[in-house]
Amino acid sequence: MDARRTPLYDQHEALGARLTEFGGWSMPVTFESIREEHRAVRTEVGKFDVSHMGEIEVAGPDATELMQRLTSNDVTRLEVGRAQYAAITDEDGIMLEDTIITRLVDDADGSRYLFVPNAGNNASMASRWTDHRDAWGLDATVNDRTDELAMIAVQGPDSQALLDPLVDADLGDVKRFATIETAVADTACSLSRTGYTGEDGFELLVDWSDASAVWEAIDCTPCGLGARDTLRLEAGLLLRGNEFHPESNPRNPIEAGISFAVDLETSFVGRDALEEVARDGPRQRLVGISMTGRGIPRTGYDITDAEGTVIGTVTSGTQSPTLDVAIGMGYVDSDQATPDNGISVSIRDRLVTAKIESLPFVE
Amino acid sequence: MSLDIPDDRRYIESHEWAKDEDGHVRIGISDFAQDELGDIVFVELPDVGEEIIADEPFGVIESIKAVSDLYAPLGGSVTAINEELFDRPELVNQEPYEGGWMLEIDPSDPDALDALMSASEYEGQLA
Repeated sequence: MDARRTPLYDQHEALGARLTEFGGWSMPVTFESIREEHRAVRTEVGKFDVSHMGEIEVAGPDATELMQRLTSNDVTRLEVGRAQYAAITDEDGIMLEDTIITRLVDDADGSRYLFVPNAGNNASMASRWTDHRDAWGLDATVNDRTDELAMIAVQGPDSQALLDPLVDADLGDVKRFATIETAVADTACSLSRTGYTGEDGFELLVDWSDASAVWEAIDCTPCGLGARDTLRLEAGLLLRGNEFHPESNPRNPIEAGISFAVDLETSFVGRDALEEVARDGPRQRLVGISMTGRGIPRTGYDITDAEGTVIGTVTSGTQSPTLDVAIGMGYVDSDQATPDNGISVSIRDRLVTAKIESLPFVE
Repeated sequence: MSLDIPDDRRYIESHEWAKDEDGHVRIGISDFAQDELGDIVFVELPDVGEEIIADEPFGVIESIKAVSDLYAPLGGSVTAINEELFDRPELVNQEPYEGGWMLEIDPSDPDALDALMSASEYEGQLA
């Protein structure tokens, strides 16, 4: 099957972006230089086409119960216009997805939520929702809007200053993880103060047909998935496919370091398995890795203790553009997961020294 | 952006170049290769005195995103490596044919150089 194209595909091509397939979509990796795009976001502002992300709306009298029973966090604590991070787990507590859930409406007819699955997972998540809704006899609609909504992320310390003149609302009033319905460049838009870079910033949902005009109106450095990856890695944020994947890297949210998104006081698929993990402690934990010897940790490389015994695996790694040090993330046995612990990474059959770092690398 | 392919040296399919320097042969990667790789952040080279074998990997180059092997255009004994690349791997992006050179060898078969692709042949491969 051909890779899908976002509504901004033609603009990316016209700018000479280097394209790659990700999650079934043809996406820009970089427009000019990953390092330069990364720097723009850390020090100024950059824009990303993230229309490959899924958007699923769940509404109706039982929408809250359906969301509560399929996600790890407590949606009943969500006020209207607020968002939360959550894991979606199977019966064994294994992460199928991580997602951001926003409560859009709460009235006499029930609540309406929007959640954002990773690229390529919208269909599987929509059917997971409808299957469970039907099995549990709940009254809620599940509407996969991935093909209707484009998403543009504007990230970096100058993002509010850049967007303020374009947006009807006062962005100073929009708190972190808040969402408002507004207009940007005279176009209806759902705007959230969220992101995947570790910087202040906003994510804008607009109609597919309006995406092009909104993208053009936001005048800053276009950034690709390459910089998005290095930024999220410095920020210690998980990437599905790297830090977790139900088949290739089955992990629970406690070992993945996102216990803050798991509320065991709620009842959800996977909860009982996770209660056991919380009680006994996870076998391994996700840690940051910072190289002290020469080499870059990459996905799949072994991590060893000082004696050379394998204690874990690298899940992501690169040369940090901000710190100019080779960094990574990976899982190590819990008894080794102590910051500053001296370890090694096996790089092309050589053990290169490194140490464990607490996440994030860049605040 | 047009890519630079100087005609004072030879090339191989995997985008390395080889240039005669008074009997020794200097090796690096082409402008096309550095542009494809993007921001280069790490270069791993053999030690002086090691033997490299024609068409086999002699080192590794890493961009922010990816790891790639470097292939030897011809075989021989390593007589010098560009240690500056360990601290400034970005030189390969900036000057792939000059400051971004990787190593020099004493070729085991001095005639092998002339059998490699000329600049125009290499340009034909890129087209």
